[in-house]
Amino acid sequence: MPKLTVDGIEVEVEDGATVLQACEEAGAEIPRFCYHERLSIAGNCRMCLVDMERAPKPVASCAMPAGDGMVISTKSERVKKAREGVMEFLLVNHPLDCPICDQGGECDLQDQAMGYGHDASRYGENKRAVSEKHMGPLIKTVMTRCIHCTRCVRFSTEVAGVADLGAIGRGEGVEITTYLEKTLASELSANVIDLCPVGALTSRPYAFVARPWELNKVESIDVSDAMGANIRIDARGNQVLRVLPRLNEDINEEWISDKARYAIDGLRRQRLDKPYLRGEDGRLHPVSWDDAFAAIAGRMKKTKADKMAAIAGDQIDAEAMFALKSLFEKVGSPHIDCRQDGAKLTAKNRSSYIFNTTIAGIDEADAIVIIGSNPRIEAPVMNARIRRRYLNAQIPIAHIGPELDLTYPVENLGDDMAVLEALASGKHPFAKQLKKAKKPMVIVGMGALRRADGSAVMALCHQLAEGVGMVTADWNGFNVLHHAAARVAGLDLGFVPGKGGKDVQGILSAATKGEMDFVWLLGADELDTDMLAKPFVVYQGHHGDKGAQCADVVLPGAAWAEKDGLYVNFEGRVQMARRAAFPPGDAREDWAILRAFSETINKTLSFDSLNELRKQMVAEVPVFAKLDEIQPAKWAKFGRTAKVKSEPVEAGLDEFYMTSAISRASETMAECYQANQAGKSAIAAE
Amino acid sequence: MSIQTLIAEEQPEHFAFDKASEKEIKKAISKYPEGRQASAVKSLLYIAQKQNDNWIPVKAIEEIAKRLDMAEMRVLEVASFYSMFNLKPVGKYYLQACGTTPCMLRGSDDVMRCIKDKLDISSGETSACGKFSLLEVECLGACVNAPILQVNDDFYEDLDYQATKDLLEALEADSPPDVGSVMGRQGSEAEGGATTLKAAKRSGKKK
Ligand code: SF4
Ligand code: FES
Ligand code: FES
Repeated sequence: MPKLTVDGIEVEVEDGATVLQACEEAGAEIPRFCYHERLSIAGNCRMCLVDMERAPKPVASCAMPAGDGMVISTKSERVKKAREGVMEFLLVNHPLDCPICDQGGECDLQDQAMGYGHDASRYGENKRAVSEKHMGPLIKTVMTRCIHCTRCVRFSTEVAGVADLGAIGRGEGVEITTYLEKTLASELSANVIDLCPVGALTSRPYAFVARPWELNKVESIDVSDAMGANIRIDARGNQVLRVLPRLNEDINEEWISDKARYAIDGLRRQRLDKPYLRGEDGRLHPVSWDDAFAAIAGRMKKTKADKMAAIAGDQIDAEAMFALKSLFEKVGSPHIDCRQDGAKLTAKNRSSYIFNTTIAGIDEADAIVIIGSNPRIEAPVMNARIRRRYLNAQIPIAHIGPELDLTYPVENLGDDMAVLEALASGKHPFAKQLKKAKKPMVIVGMGALRRADGSAVMALCHQLAEGVGMVTADWNGFNVLHHAAARVAGLDLGFVPGKGGKDVQGILSAATKGEMDFVWLLGADELDTDMLAKPFVVYQGHHGDKGAQCADVVLPGAAWAEKDGLYVNFEGRVQMARRAAFPPGDAREDWAILRAFSETINKTLSFDSLNELRKQMVAEVPVFAKLDEIQPAKWAKFGRTAKVKSEPVEAGLDEFYMTSAISRASETMAECYQANQAGKSAIAAE
Repeated sequence: MSIQTLIAEEQPEHFAFDKASEKEIKKAISKYPEGRQASAVKSLLYIAQKQNDNWIPVKAIEEIAKRLDMAEMRVLEVASFYSMFNLKPVGKYYLQACGTTPCMLRGSDDVMRCIKDKLDISSGETSACGKFSLLEVECLGACVNAPILQVNDDFYEDLDYQATKDLLEALEADSPPDVGSVMGRQGSEAEGGATTLKAAKRSGKKK
């Protein structure tokens, strides 16, 4: 470990660290544009110059490996002059259009020009101008502002694994563009906006919307997938205007998916802001809360408990599910379920439904088999981690399901479940690779678990995990990849059929036969709602999506960004999403609606505040006591041995952009969807 | 230079390497160790350009990317980096006039002026007849016989206004004159003939 002196302070850094890192260690701030911790080193902006003893000229600290005994000065007059020189060169061709630039107020160039810039330019010639480039519906480009740090190019090539961005031309003629100005075809594309140190790449949907200092910033959790990316929600007044990633090394590092970032405009459209009641004319009419409650209560009174069911949706907070479950317990109905897609997961054994390896654990895996999942769209940021693991160690990765482009090489073992049988019994050649590996992983997606033979698949996975030694004292390689943010919390809470209770399929088919008279949908939209024509349907949620259309009573709830709520990500990590705005109109928080309603039917729930509710929830389900932590689950048997069916294995999701009520209401997501389809058909046409 | 101005608007639908090119490609790729075939990208671009009348269509870039297992963007980056690769069609006679200091001191401005007078084109343009394209380039490495005008693969040296004019006229008639110094000097011997090794036998003029 090299020891060096920075500005008279002695520091010791890891082997392979750079001088820049050493300087930071010593508390010296080094200005930079091209250097980024998570990207390869380019060393092309020269802003990070420092003085090194015995070096004839200042050195680029980001590209200089720290060596033993180096004496570095970051504050000398020469360093200051050198950086000023670099800054002056950078500004030669920069348009200096900060007043009309969306990066203003959070621009590295602006900030550093305060420290190293001149008050006036010595450059009399014309500046170069660069035409805008098309990069798709999310990224707005003003390429004249580009300083050619190549962060965006390195991100898309290295992290996103889509080498569509590049620099054409040379010298003063260099321009950043996508290949033939195609849309940047990555689910992580908008991260280049955060990376761009200037205003060359900015957010297209957010263009000219707000200045950073007008915004209220709230630290929250993303629910567009089940990874629980840490985000910051920026709102002005009552409008959620943008979402940015928040650093969490164990989950999303500093990236988020395009859906997490841009589905928020869906929060403003198709909102349910009043209670509605279906009238004689068959249409929904706005009513007061009391009338809505009375209608439900009247119907419930006439219905036997055994003919009532509740289904929880994919983006519901744990508190709301807990409240609904408590209500149905009081009512006496066992027909509750949170597995809208019919995944054959049981709530008994926590290790059977979480991502036991943890996301950070992927960095150690040395063989992976993915079954019935497309992690690239089900958890794009996690997929980038698998990709990085592949790049670092070339680990073998196989996949059972349709052919997919996951941004790293995958051996497709076919889409037949028989392959899993062969793997589990050790007959398949890939089983040997898994066996050889010290830290093998299996990732099972909903494509494999929502099948009729899902329990048999689970049993096979268990057999596979045991057979190849996936579970040891310090490693558990069995992983379920959820894409519904609410699912793990639902299972933790036991929001599954009680004794003699029906699951979602059971409820729906009973409903078509007229054997289910009352169904409460808590934000559940991913159902075949045609099957709910007969029963009386209560839809409690925030969007006028599929669920609300088939409802007899609509109760307007708050969306995830409008309330404090607990979510459990697929690793089983409990995290708190926080309120960034207030729900529109008469909409209320879901737990409060349920609490208020319980009173009208004289089944008053035993909590009067969110805090009391949480206390009870923690008492019943202790995992909710610890926030932000991984709580390892005990390995136990799961699944039911049976013959698997021959129908082809699907991925969990086959479309990325429009997967929930919010993202379906989002215009931005619709644009992305179209651009993506257009790109796909262009490839198909070739 | 935006992509629209960089590459030809009209692109052929297909591109396939012919037999001769295939042979050269094999040779080019075999120069590099396994897994490093991307190193042959410049060679392949050159081969494509050679085969395709001195310019590289997008389809060829994509074909090269496929063969070398590279992203298309990476190949385009290389192709756009070097001024020697044309991404747009050029005339039958592709003129590259050197404008760097030695050539400039020895009268490259006159060469340029002659081209402008005769063909009415400046750097980056193709003549109305479609036969000539001009690019002003940096040192061609033949400064001793400056100024230099490169026509496709051949150098014409020691040019002045009149010599350039004669050269262009000959090219117009499709009868290119002998390559090398228009003054007739051998290699880079002194003007007016050799001053040393006079006894040595002259080798015949090239071509
Ligand atoms: S667009 Fe931004 S991130 Fe990309 S090279 Fe230019 S300045 Fe850097
Ligand atoms: S940060 Fe060191 S050269 Fe850019
Ligand atoms: S300067 Fe013209 S050939 Fe060298």
